[in-house]
Amino acid sequence: MTYTIDWLAVAPELTVVAGILVVLTLDLFLSRRDKYWTGVVAVLTVSLAVVPLIVMAADDLTRAMFDGSFVVDDFALVLKGLFLVAGYLVLLMSVTYIESDRYYEGEYYLLLLVSILGSLVLASSRDLILLFIGLELTTGPLFLLAGWRKGDAKSNEAALKYFILGVLSTAMLLYGMSLVYGLTGSVRFVGIREAIPAIGAAQEPALVLGVLLMIVGFGFKVSAVPFHFWAPDTYEGAPTPVTAYLSVSSKTAGFVAMLSVVYLAFPDLTSIWGPALWLLAAASMTVANLSALRQRNIVRLLAYSSVAHAGFMLVPFAGAAVAGQALSEGLSATVTYLVIYALMNLGAFAVVIAGARRTGTGDIEGWAGFGSYAPRQGILLVVFFLSLAGIPPLAGWFAKFVMFQAVIAAGGTAAVWLAVIAALNSVIAFFYYARVVKTVWMDPAPAELGEEATAPATGALRLAMGLAAVAVVVIGVFPGISAFFGDATTRILNGG
Amino acid sequence: MEWFDNGWGLTLIVFLPVVGAMVLAAIPKAKESAQKWWALLVSLVVFVLSLVAVARFDFGSAKEFQFEANLPWIKAIGSNYHIGVDGISLPLLVLSTFMMVLAIIYSWDHWEEPRNPKAFLMLMLVLATGMNGTFVALDLVLFFIFFELVLLPMYFMIGIWGDKQLRRLPGFGREVEMRLYAAIKFFLFTLFGSAFMLLGFLALYFRSGDFGERTFDIPELIALGSNGAFTGTFAWLVFGALFLGFAVKVPMWPLHTWLPDAHTAAPTVGSVLLAAILLKLGSYGFIRISIPILPEMARQWAPAIAILAVIAIIYGSLACLAQTDMKRLIAFSSVGHMGFVMLGIATLTDVGLNASIIGMVAHGLITGLLFFLAGSMSHRYHTREMARLGGNQKLMPILGGILAFTVMASLGLPGLAGFWGEFMALLGAYQPLDGLNLGVFRTAMVIGAIGTVLTAGYMLWMLQKVNLGEPGEEWVGRSFRDADRFELTAWVPLVILIVVIGVYPKVVFGATNDAVTALIQTAFGG
Repeated sequence: MTYTIDWLAVAPELTVVAGILVVLTLDLFLSRRDKYWTGVVAVLTVSLAVVPLIVMAADDLTRAMFDGSFVVDDFALVLKGLFLVAGYLVLLMSVTYIESDRYYEGEYYLLLLVSILGSLVLASSRDLILLFIGLELTTGPLFLLAGWRKGDAKSNEAALKYFILGVLSTAMLLYGMSLVYGLTGSVRFVGIREAIPAIGAAQEPALVLGVLLMIVGFGFKVSAVPFHFWAPDTYEGAPTPVTAYLSVSSKTAGFVAMLSVVYLAFPDLTSIWGPALWLLAAASMTVANLSALRQRNIVRLLAYSSVAHAGFMLVPFAGAAVAGQALSEGLSATVTYLVIYALMNLGAFAVVIAGARRTGTGDIEGWAGFGSYAPRQGILLVVFFLSLAGIPPLAGWFAKFVMFQAVIAAGGTAAVWLAVIAALNSVIAFFYYARVVKTVWMDPAPAELGEEATAPATGALRLAMGLAAVAVVVIGVFPGISAFFGDATTRILNGG
Repeated sequence: MEWFDNGWGLTLIVFLPVVGAMVLAAIPKAKESAQKWWALLVSLVVFVLSLVAVARFDFGSAKEFQFEANLPWIKAIGSNYHIGVDGISLPLLVLSTFMMVLAIIYSWDHWEEPRNPKAFLMLMLVLATGMNGTFVALDLVLFFIFFELVLLPMYFMIGIWGDKQLRRLPGFGREVEMRLYAAIKFFLFTLFGSAFMLLGFLALYFRSGDFGERTFDIPELIALGSNGAFTGTFAWLVFGALFLGFAVKVPMWPLHTWLPDAHTAAPTVGSVLLAAILLKLGSYGFIRISIPILPEMARQWAPAIAILAVIAIIYGSLACLAQTDMKRLIAFSSVGHMGFVMLGIATLTDVGLNASIIGMVAHGLITGLLFFLAGSMSHRYHTREMARLGGNQKLMPILGGILAFTVMASLGLPGLAGFWGEFMALLGAYQPLDGLNLGVFRTAMVIGAIGTVLTAGYMLWMLQKVNLGEPGEEWVGRSFRDADRFELTAWVPLVILIVVIGVYPKVVFGATNDAVTALIQTAFGG
């Protein structure tokens, strides 16, 4: 077979590949002092990769290649854009953090770029094999990055836990995929969908098992309860920029994989995966929010918060599925949520990175009175944390809004109950976000501040915080922007 | 003035404060007086604009929404930037802009620790946007945003500038500062209610799709609702969800427990605005949204609301008698007064709704003034314990005199503003909407009437303890500054208005009556 290759369609991926090669080569020749150039190259690479996306978005064509396994439609464009923006912000956050640690700068950026490459491929994949490659390419480098602070036992623990559970989930995912492939004879989503009605009753248990195993595999990636146990420890131990990346890009990757599979391959099997997602959503929200109430470390708190948000993001899809309604509204809602979540969560991590340099601790107690000696960062912290809590007029309210909207639209008792559980959870969630806000603004600062308390944030970090804050406020006031992206994703193409 | 009528007027009233807050952020921290003047200027301009609205308001068609703007806002969900005022919202809007001016004047020289006027004034201006916006919003999503927007500034006001007394509270291992406890309690209660309110809004949105385009537009939903579009279990649940959101805010018994803590712990200006405006957002929600959109359900829920309202009246009064803290007593009196407002609403008659609106305005003026006075007194005595206070009239004759006057107004003395709301609510309860259970409402009327006696009882008891008699030993020989010019500038207008509304209630009824009658007519075919 010969394939014609649409070079524009793969231009973002190729740009990142080129960036990876440049970083790799450059790293060999740079002296230790100049290693930061690798970071600069990485930032430039990610910025450049956006250009072809804009070109493709402008011409409004849908591109399919390799028998429809690799597709660039609006869904892919939006999510690729999201991955690149998230990657860009994480790179900005990393610059100072990694530089001050003084080792393996080149390798760090290299691995991060590889992960971004994986997520770009993932957004376009319309068959199980490409999906698997994309997903593993996204998470593989993160096993290493999680253990980056190798002198720190916690970082080692983080990497190990993440690795073991990650591999376990990969195994389950693969097992599920192989069952589905065995029964349907196709790895392409469209082929799977067409073959499913022909499956006989005798083989149905195997199909159910296959689908559920895949859901479990994705459940690990998005860190939904009860597959979240790795998340708090890994988040706490990993370098904070990596944690930010884990909680946004890697989680989004898990969601993209899950959404595209259930939406394109299994839309007729809602009776199987619908209840499963319902349970995952309800459990993730409730368990994670209740656990977050007891956290003393700010990063662990954000870890549980990110698990809870995974639950909120599952709500629209789960609601539509259990009610037997069309899934497109759920897809739009979840993607809108993902976009907003990425911006506000990255912002929150950026502030935590900047603030931890001043307070010198990740303990929430240690942040007492932070607002009094770092008012600007204190205000940004309020913006991001309350946005995560979903308080208007910050972007988070719209994420919650579209979630509720989608699940109420689905109707039916099960969906409405899920909405009620989500409503109660958003109140619980507010409590722990507000606790941080309280500590920062309402508790007295320690009598004697350390020298580092006056340390200003670096330019890159400021840029990251500023961009995220502007985005959070603007989207909060004009939420139509994010809804536009969410709606665009429903124009998703199933194969070529 | 065409620009004013086609939406710009209201838009400015809503958003000028928040723009002012941004400008304020740019004024250097050291230039305190520039900050104060700027904030005052902004609030004055907003107040004048609201007066312009009154002047240009066509009272002949008070039932129509005027000065409307209707622009697309979030296309994806069909939500519009739809604003406008009618005879119901106009008095409340003016009350809101007016109280803001007074609050800024008062705070001129009265900063609670840790001072920081710039931050405090910014929060006040943001609060103003939220309050004004809620009263003009004619789109459910817009309403929700403004309704929630008031939480943040108030949360910070209470939490940062609030009462720093240590208290042992149930559920806490160690003693906590009142401000921290009260701030989070206030926020969580309201958030709990509004989360369900949002679900109710969404349910209405989707159900409206059965009758054409899905919509969040309040007038359109009212039109649908009065044609019987929303019925059955669905409507019952939606009303319940909205009820949770609004009842927490009012607050209705038994959801009121955040109120005494929040009002007591808040800084003076915070208490004033909480009592004067924020509570009204809840009762306004009932009148603007719940009743006209879900009239049948309002009819079903009305007896329950009336019963809860009289429980609040009696409970509030009895709780007042058990208080030792002056500010906390005033806070509990709010529970009782809002009980009368809710009783008026529950009757579903034009008399009752008129009563509730004038009750809201009067309560805003009177209780606002009471909180000003309580704040100024605790500023001077450094205590709010009524057992230690006494003889205030002798120590500070002017302040004491105003306090005596306000107490009279609060207990509903005829001729002062507080009278009309209570009297007419009871009148409405005597003859509620046809088909409502007469027994329930007449019993409610009788109990409510007993409540007015109790109100008089605790108010006079408070006045006697605080104002009359001889000053306690600890105050003898100390000189106290009587009301200063900032305080007087803030208080005298309130005193005048209380008298004016008391003598000539048409100031309020003139705007509300037609609108209320039309509302009842549309909803129940009166």
